[in-house]
Amino acid sequence: MTSAEQILDALGDPTRRLILHRVRHRTRSVQEIAEGMKVSRPAVSQHLKVLRRAGLVIVQAAGTRRLYAIDMRGIAALRSWLDGFWDQTLEAFKRVAEQEAGKRRKSR
Amino acid sequence: MNKKGGDPNSLRKTISVNAPQDVAWRVFTQQIGRWWPLAHYKIGEANAVDAVIEPRVGGHWYERGEDGSTCNWDSVLAWEPPTRLLLSWDINADWQYDPALKTELEIRFIARSEHKTRVELEHRKLDRFGARRDQMREIFDKSGDWGQLLARFARLAEGGAP
Repeated sequence: MTSAEQILDALGDPTRRLILHRVRHRTRSVQEIAEGMKVSRPAVSQHLKVLRRAGLVIVQAAGTRRLYAIDMRGIAALRSWLDGFWDQTLEAFKRVAEQEAGKRRKSR
Repeated sequence: MNKKGGDPNSLRKTISVNAPQDVAWRVFTQQIGRWWPLAHYKIGEANAVDAVIEPRVGGHWYERGEDGSTCNWDSVLAWEPPTRLLLSWDINADWQYDPALKTELEIRFIARSEHKTRVELEHRKLDRFGARRDQMREIFDKSGDWGQLLARFARLAEGGAP
């Protein structure tokens, strides 16, 4: 995973944002990603390379095909840069602990 | 929630929880998979479905992927229910497991009343991140007021008062 700055730089390009959006929910090949885009397939491959370097996209081999998927670790880097890793984690812990405490009070 | 000390190699967070000390301890140590933000904070390639802290000194803590794979976060250095937990955090600046890293995570559970617990977290030995210490510190801590700004936005978006 890479730095948030690298990720933000990678997302500063509208084509790359569109590519990321296309692999958001399922893996796709370069052909599928490039479909209907205004840029050439080699250009899409170049953009995919930048997204991979930024840790936003991973590539999986499926036979002879290469499929691209979103790399949640890159999203995590961005998210923790925005929110603060431990703040977010402790807030999540607090919610569940208080839920459990509530359950215990009710069962008494 | 922030307590910024002068030590650049240590980061402290405190949160007040409306739960008894033993419940806080149990949820933290035995039910980490229920609250750890696994969708975002995990290191394996597989989607993580659970996280586990083995309940003993020398045990490991790790994430478990939907494909059954596990990714180690490292080990339990102190196990003192229901007051103190010391973990080794060996995930490096590239979010890869690196057993040589050895940063430390100490969590203390302090009973404030029958129903309230203060949880203190200290992430220390951040100097082990080397040249990337400040970058990692920023990630673990907070980057400016972005978090608060987004929270305000979310409240506004939901129709509440900012």
